[in-house]
Amino acid sequence: MIVEFPALNLLLLMPAIGVAFNLFFGYRLGRSAVNTVSVGVVAIAFALSVWATVKLATMPPGSCLQAQLGPWIYAGPLRLDVLLRFDALAAVMSLVVSGVGCLIHIYSCGYMGEDPDFARYFAYMNLFTFSMLLLVLAGNLLLMFVGWEGVGLCSYLLIAFWYDNPLFAFNGRKAFVVNRIGDVGFLLGIFVLFSAFASHGLWTLDFAEMRERAGLISPAIATIACLLLFFGATGKSAQIPLYVWLPDAMVGPTPVSALIHAATMVTAGVYVVARLNFLFALSPSTMEAVATIGTVTAFFAATIALAQSDIKRVLAYSTISQIGYMFLGAGVGAFGAAIFHVVTHAFFKALLFLGAGSVIHALGGEQDMNRMGGLRRRMPLTHAAMLAGTLAISAVPGFSGFFSKDEILQAAYTSGHKTLWLIAVVTAGLTGLYMFRLFFLTFYGKPRLSEERFAEVHEPPFVMAMPLVVLAALSVFGGLIGLPEGVLWGNQIGAFLAPITGRVSAAPAQAVMLLSAITSGVTFIGIILALIGYVVIPTLPERLAAWAQGLYRLLWSKYYVDELYDFLITRPVLFLSSAILGRNVDSLAIDAVVDGTGEAVQGGATAVRRVETGNVQHYVLIYLGGVLLIVGYYLLSALRH
Amino acid sequence: MADNLLSLIIFTPLVGAITIALLADESIVWSVSFLFSLLPLALGFYLLAVFNPDNNGFQFTEHYSWIPQFGISYHVGVDGISAFLVAVVALLVSVALLYAGCGDIRRRAREFCFFVLTLETGMLGTLLAIDLFLFYVFWELVLIPAYFIIGIWGSERRVYAAFKFVLYTLLGSLLMLVGIIYLGLAARKQLGAITFDLPTLYQLTFSKSEARWLFAAFALGFGVKIPIWPFHSWLPDAYSEAPASGSMLLAGAMFQMGVYAFLRFAIPLFPTVAQQATPLFVALAVIGILYGGLLALAQSDLKRLLSYASISHAGFMVLGLFALNRYGVDGTVYQLITHGFATSALFALTGLIRLKYGTQNLLELGGLWRLAPLMAATFMVAMLSSVGLPGLDGFVGEFLVLIGAYLKLWQAAAVGALGLILSAVYMLRAYERAMFGAAPESYKRRALDLNRKELAPMVPLVALILVLGIFPTPVLRRVEPSLVALLAHVYSAPAQLDSLPHENPKRSSPSGVAARE
Repeated sequence: MIVEFPALNLLLLMPAIGVAFNLFFGYRLGRSAVNTVSVGVVAIAFALSVWATVKLATMPPGSCLQAQLGPWIYAGPLRLDVLLRFDALAAVMSLVVSGVGCLIHIYSCGYMGEDPDFARYFAYMNLFTFSMLLLVLAGNLLLMFVGWEGVGLCSYLLIAFWYDNPLFAFNGRKAFVVNRIGDVGFLLGIFVLFSAFASHGLWTLDFAEMRERAGLISPAIATIACLLLFFGATGKSAQIPLYVWLPDAMVGPTPVSALIHAATMVTAGVYVVARLNFLFALSPSTMEAVATIGTVTAFFAATIALAQSDIKRVLAYSTISQIGYMFLGAGVGAFGAAIFHVVTHAFFKALLFLGAGSVIHALGGEQDMNRMGGLRRRMPLTHAAMLAGTLAISAVPGFSGFFSKDEILQAAYTSGHKTLWLIAVVTAGLTGLYMFRLFFLTFYGKPRLSEERFAEVHEPPFVMAMPLVVLAALSVFGGLIGLPEGVLWGNQIGAFLAPITGRVSAAPAQAVMLLSAITSGVTFIGIILALIGYVVIPTLPERLAAWAQGLYRLLWSKYYVDELYDFLITRPVLFLSSAILGRNVDSLAIDAVVDGTGEAVQGGATAVRRVETGNVQHYVLIYLGGVLLIVGYYLLSALRH
Repeated sequence: MADNLLSLIIFTPLVGAITIALLADESIVWSVSFLFSLLPLALGFYLLAVFNPDNNGFQFTEHYSWIPQFGISYHVGVDGISAFLVAVVALLVSVALLYAGCGDIRRRAREFCFFVLTLETGMLGTLLAIDLFLFYVFWELVLIPAYFIIGIWGSERRVYAAFKFVLYTLLGSLLMLVGIIYLGLAARKQLGAITFDLPTLYQLTFSKSEARWLFAAFALGFGVKIPIWPFHSWLPDAYSEAPASGSMLLAGAMFQMGVYAFLRFAIPLFPTVAQQATPLFVALAVIGILYGGLLALAQSDLKRLLSYASISHAGFMVLGLFALNRYGVDGTVYQLITHGFATSALFALTGLIRLKYGTQNLLELGGLWRLAPLMAATFMVAMLSSVGLPGLDGFVGEFLVLIGAYLKLWQAAAVGALGLILSAVYMLRAYERAMFGAAPESYKRRALDLNRKELAPMVPLVALILVLGIFPTPVLRRVEPSLVALLAHVYSAPAQLDSLPHENPKRSSPSGVAARE
């Protein structure tokens, strides 16, 4: 059932209104007006999302709400509309984007409370919310691409928000360019799909229509298209090989890291795969690739996270790792579980970033965990919130992350991906280890901060504490929307999403219990190791690092991947452009031909010099006369023949 | 008024130029010339309003005998392809004059305005002429004022740049002239009377080698003007040595003429050769995209960087053109319409940066956002349009070009799309160097942002960048009928327009004009 629901337009346009307001009136009307409007528009968008979801829930499964704003690109039979669609998948995503987004906007009012550029900040944040909602609500693939590149732009602008620092500006550009590389793949994927569907008479790239006619697409075409689209997804969602921008993106303001680089934008790749699941399902080899890349990324990023000392960088690698889990879920066909993990991840990762932000804020910008420690006495609330987030991300049974991650791992095992499952379980242990390492280093042990500065450490103000509390509650209880089948009300979110994403058959109850027990056991081992290493025997990590120096340095240097890319791609391109083309070809070979007519140029040059000092109109006449003479000559000589 | 609308559009700037030349009071030169430039702009918008988009032929035609013994006539007309370009050229000239008046041109204002308005007549005439000889006259008329604008008001190496520009384009256009005359004589042989009238010339037939040579002559003339790689080397010098307002005109308005001429003359006159030459031109286009992009990456001078970026953009247009299907050509025409907005804005802002901060060298600039936020924000919008951000005008054209190229030859689209990465790299790098970072100490004393007068020319450009990115369909709908007619003429069969993969355009014999070989 499809129902027209014009309020979707308003839902999308609310943040856009915020952008315009902030840009044109922001600085003039002052901080409180900016705060009110920026938070207000996102809150209204959230309220509208709730309204639409409630309406959708009362309709039969598989229904959707839609709103058409008008035509966008019509060329020949090509028909691309600005069409918004609100189905179960879009509902879940837009609730997360606007809901978590609203909390982070509120938090920002405190965090950016002293920044003189508040209006620009909130303009970007609202622009981001707009683009992300467009990405989520878009009814066709190209409109989604508008949101897709739009969120990339906002990411760039916000990473480089404190542009005075050249490094920040550089990191922003790095993020944009790496994303652009993925986006070109994405665009080519769109072309493949377009031409394939167009040859069957479908010219709209509309998701619903493509879904209906997916059977017409050959598996080979589906494989090429999906691999290209997935390549785009590895850029936006920071997976191998395009993850390198995300850790560097952490130089942006911390609420930005929470909203864009943890809760919403970076999960857009997972959303695309889930949205196009009917195409990915056509191509088993692509699904394998998605699952494998996801798992390997999850493990790889987790190992790097073990050796980082910057609190935000650890969280960045943990984001990469968690998104790897989501792709594992999508790759084994558990699209619903992947989206469930997107949701719980949005809760606990936003919480962790905002908690880290409170710490950084309280410490005057300090991000190095080597200079933290013992903060639980000064910041009990932040400590408690961070504990909730850390337990959730480590997937300790009962907390939100447990349910979603467990569902993914179950699906991986029951679908026969035992190797991937094993790697994912080991990664679960690593997750417990590096997250509790972060937690203990920050809040436990002896304070490694100077006495005076430690004494000044304070809890965040109410606007920042409130979102922490709400997100902590969601991180603890958010998993209840997706309990395992047969337990209480069962998997509500899975059932809600099922008409779009399909469902995987559940394993027998005993196997479920056993698999959960194994994963949880490994997680606890990780947590206990962290407890030993960072609380009980704090000298142990240093000794370990000294003992396995090579490995430690490899992890600390992030496997030298940045250096490798620099050597393999950046330098050759720059060399080609400046040393070869710039210096030799263009200035010598091609120009030499022209400059070879040197005398003519010289003669002409003197003529112009004279013109400059003389009467120009006079020379215009001479010149015109010359041209006419040449023309006349040709005309006459041609006529004679 | 409708009877002579096109002539009015073409010649009001020339009347303005003469008025300027005779004006006694030099102090009102800027206002008078600006007002004169508004007339063709208003008429251009009127033309868009009264123009019938469902008619795919030439409208508002005027046909007078000019030099009857040579069969040369004054024949002008407008169709969906040229209608928007006329309005855009008129707008860009007004914007450039507005900009030049507030500081860019400080000496010999009268002559400058004279040349700009003459240039406008030339450009508008080029777009509206449908007599080949008349077209040639306007085509050459453009050259002269452009030459003086670079040569007189340019920067240090202006004389060299002006001459290089003229040498290149003259060489190309003389070959084209030979081709035009050959066509006229062929008309006398085949049709009994010498004529340069485009619709009549469609009836001519040529031998295979004749058609090849003729196409080559036109292609060289137009290719140099676009420019197609490897005939591009005049461009970086001309664009970067010209005064900022001159670069706005060269890169924003004059840039379109070569591509337009290809579409209007070279391709429909020799459709078979054009189809055969597709691989060559697609290859040159893709090389141009990458070559321009790579060289833009190597520049430290902002204006030179923008010049090489133009070469890359030209590559996209040629790619779409020679995709020779509805999407590619649609995309190219859309790029012709929109390309000037972002480009003019970028050149204008570069000129202002040089004016206010004394340099346009990226290695010496920095931190302008802190000092000039309005300027930085305007630059950002124009830059994003130039790198093809979806939602802005540049994307629509690039998307259609690439999809057209993909349907024709997917490899070309795949390689050409790398240009999108390069454009992000060089533009963002330039932006970072100029706008981000800390400002050099010496700038702090003169923190100058755009003032109202400097903002005025930017407003229509930025507005159009946004509007045409969100609402391309009203434009595309008006362009399409004429394009479809043109392509139908090229293929002599409308079925080929989409060149979908399951059809093979090569197999069906293009019968058309040049088929009787």
